[in-house]
Amino acid sequence: MSTEPSQTAGSDPAIAVELSGITKRFPGVIANSDVNIAVRAGTVHALVGENGAGKSTLMKILYGMQRPDEGTIAVGGHPVVFTSPADAIKAGIGMVHQHFMLADNLTVLENVVLGGEPRSGIGLDFAAARDRIREISDNYGLNIDPDDLVDDLGVGQRQRVEILKVLYRGARTLILDEPTAVLVPQEVDELFGNLRELKAEGLTILFISHKLDEVLSVADEITVMRRGTTVASVLPKDVTARKLAELMVGSALPVPELRESTVTDRPILEVRGLSVTSPDGRRVLDDVSFTIHAGEVLGIAGVEGNGQAELVEALMGIRQLASGSVRLAGTDISKTSTKDRREAGMGYIPEDRHRQGVLLEATLWENRILGHQTRSPNARGPLLDRAGARADTRRIVEEYDVRTPSIEVHASALSGGNQQKLIVGREMSGSPVVLIASHPTRGVDVGAQAAIWDHVRNARANQLAVLLISADLEELIGMSDTVTVILRGRLAGQYDPATVTPQELGSAMTGAGSEG
Amino acid sequence: MKRLTPRALLLGLAAPLGALVFAAGLCAVILLVTSHSPADTVDAMSTAAQRPRTLVNSLNTATTYYLAAVAVAVGFKMKLFNIGVDGQYRLAAMLSATLAGAAFMEGLPSFLRITMTIVAAMLVGAAWSGLAALLKVTRGVSEVISTIMLNAIATYLVSYLLNPARLAENVPGSNNISTRPINEGGQVTGITVEGSSSKIFGLLFLALAVGFLYWFVLSRTRFGFELKATGLSESAAVASGVSVKKMVVLSMLISGAIAGLVGMPQLLGSSYSYALDFPAGIGFTGIAVALLGRNHPVGMAVAALLWGFLDNTANSLDVAGIPREIVLIMQGVIVLSVVIAYELVRRYRVAAEQREVGRALGRTKALEEVSA
Repeated sequence: MSTEPSQTAGSDPAIAVELSGITKRFPGVIANSDVNIAVRAGTVHALVGENGAGKSTLMKILYGMQRPDEGTIAVGGHPVVFTSPADAIKAGIGMVHQHFMLADNLTVLENVVLGGEPRSGIGLDFAAARDRIREISDNYGLNIDPDDLVDDLGVGQRQRVEILKVLYRGARTLILDEPTAVLVPQEVDELFGNLRELKAEGLTILFISHKLDEVLSVADEITVMRRGTTVASVLPKDVTARKLAELMVGSALPVPELRESTVTDRPILEVRGLSVTSPDGRRVLDDVSFTIHAGEVLGIAGVEGNGQAELVEALMGIRQLASGSVRLAGTDISKTSTKDRREAGMGYIPEDRHRQGVLLEATLWENRILGHQTRSPNARGPLLDRAGARADTRRIVEEYDVRTPSIEVHASALSGGNQQKLIVGREMSGSPVVLIASHPTRGVDVGAQAAIWDHVRNARANQLAVLLISADLEELIGMSDTVTVILRGRLAGQYDPATVTPQELGSAMTGAGSEG
Repeated sequence: MKRLTPRALLLGLAAPLGALVFAAGLCAVILLVTSHSPADTVDAMSTAAQRPRTLVNSLNTATTYYLAAVAVAVGFKMKLFNIGVDGQYRLAAMLSATLAGAAFMEGLPSFLRITMTIVAAMLVGAAWSGLAALLKVTRGVSEVISTIMLNAIATYLVSYLLNPARLAENVPGSNNISTRPINEGGQVTGITVEGSSSKIFGLLFLALAVGFLYWFVLSRTRFGFELKATGLSESAAVASGVSVKKMVVLSMLISGAIAGLVGMPQLLGSSYSYALDFPAGIGFTGIAVALLGRNHPVGMAVAALLWGFLDNTANSLDVAGIPREIVLIMQGVIVLSVVIAYELVRRYRVAAEQREVGRALGRTKALEEVSA
């Protein structure tokens, strides 16, 4: 893998970018440790890994947004040090972010030249820039008109504008950060067509994704990251999606399993024909229906970005329904507020705990109040019950093994796993009737993971209904009474966790499966 | 902030004291460069500080600054910037002065008159800030922009209304125009201090009560918790069942209502009418005081006293031949350096706390996602 780049490469193309021994620490956390990647020029190189595996940090390092604590970067065989993205651009490395950075009310031309306006004397030389953009667009088949207003462009076109912007600045190596996350399948096909064209022109593409079927279809080489380090480099012809998933997840995990069934025939959460539309008018959830009974865990498998986040937010009342209904223990809650739903006994473990689960700059006991601020033991009428909240926080810290010296420290001082245990403990308090759990054990160490599973099992035995969403298929199969798959906003098929294999689920998740 | 350990207390005081020392040092340099004596300046200010009148005036100025700071702080607590306190209090003072001075009020009992005046001022202030809140929740207009513009509109509205043809009359024997003076029954008596010709504003107690309520609501009530949670993380607040729109409207209304009080101590304790020379710009001073006092009820009181003291001793500098503008420079430097100092202390505190937790548990954080 990490041979010296040869300048006189004949059949073997030179290495465009090489990262060796990259280590990056954040206070108390190692985000990257000893990462090694060599990207050959003129190839599409995919970087895959779970969320939190360190892909984004690595790319920020390569693009000069972060500086590595250890390790070296070489471009075209020459060692380089980037202190800012401007340095990376100078070295011919460009990045297309997942979220577009375009000004809607400007034309493509204006967006592309923004920040590097072509001057002629005191005026701006737009004519030359327009010609360059046309030329790039034609050369790589991007099909972009420089005089279109960005506001009028679709998502796929905007992405091509971003690519064009990077090419215009002279990039020879393009980093694409989860480029397909925002695209519909046809747009994905188009993008891949563009990528092949870019490759044919000798450009190098570094493609970050966790959608394995896409990676296998477009990449020439694949590097897998897990827990902050590179664990394997493979060729697509040598692996299957299953093998890749195993490499991504690793296998040294405690075994999640349920004991005897506790499922009752008392429906708790009934969802019928639920549809949700994104702000830009796309249908992100389409006619979703399911029922969860008391004592039942329904697992939803799916590749990230297929509507899980929207489903959870719709159930919690954070997102509005386009149509359909949600009933909680027989009562229609489709239009009730998040506060009312929580008071009615809905617990919520969010996917992104820093965004929705904790207040980082508040103490642990204040975080205990969060989301439960209207109820005992945290409140008496309009007043807070600080003593009650503190006492109950101590109970959670004790029962859920939250490692902290005190309940008076800020949540930001705890590790992610301990923050998660606090959240789980909080959401299990006050005898919830249903728990919406999004990736409840993500970023949590093995011991904490087993503990969280235990708590879910106990609550299930006490008639709790659970909706479990997880990227960890073993967890899903082991912890669920029923498993279903979400694909492009629809539920596709029900599986019996006793018989289904991760492989079957995996292919159903990518839509490649033949079973129904 | 929550635990009053010696270190926490020290850290809390380090930033404002550091900023103060830095500002004093810088001012000394400026004085030296412009060939004035820093020693004379300190001397002039401390001589002034020994006069009871200066102290009473400082306390009175601080009272209005404190009210303005609390009004600003209510918004700050949920990352809402009510820049419009200035317009809110001027419009409120002007309209409530008109009400208080009206002939029909003169027959009412004093307590009722004063209460009505104060309530009217709060309602006007809340209405004016409510406009900004409404624009924010319905049209997504930034409250910074709208409150700044509402300040300008308030200025024109006040000068339109403050006209002999409308709500004002000419002040006999001067070019000034004012609302109809409030007679004795509508005034709030001050506290006489020996050796001082000016009295302490009776509404000092109103300011104290507002400060206490501010502390109580923020730290002891559900509403206060939801307000702080929204300020710390809007997305977490939403997921916890807080209606952010409702919080925006409520906190803007409360902020505006407190802003309405800003002019009251002066109006009912000293001016007794709203005239062309009614103090302006207190709303902006309130922003500085809230920043310096870190939105803390006691911190803002200390900051307001400091500001009031600096303002009132500035007069004595002229007499000593030292440009009084040195006080403005000092205030400016304090605000700028305190913002930096607070951020430095905050970072230090976070790092120290993480280290402390790490030490207490004997290990570092587990590997996890970092999206810095």
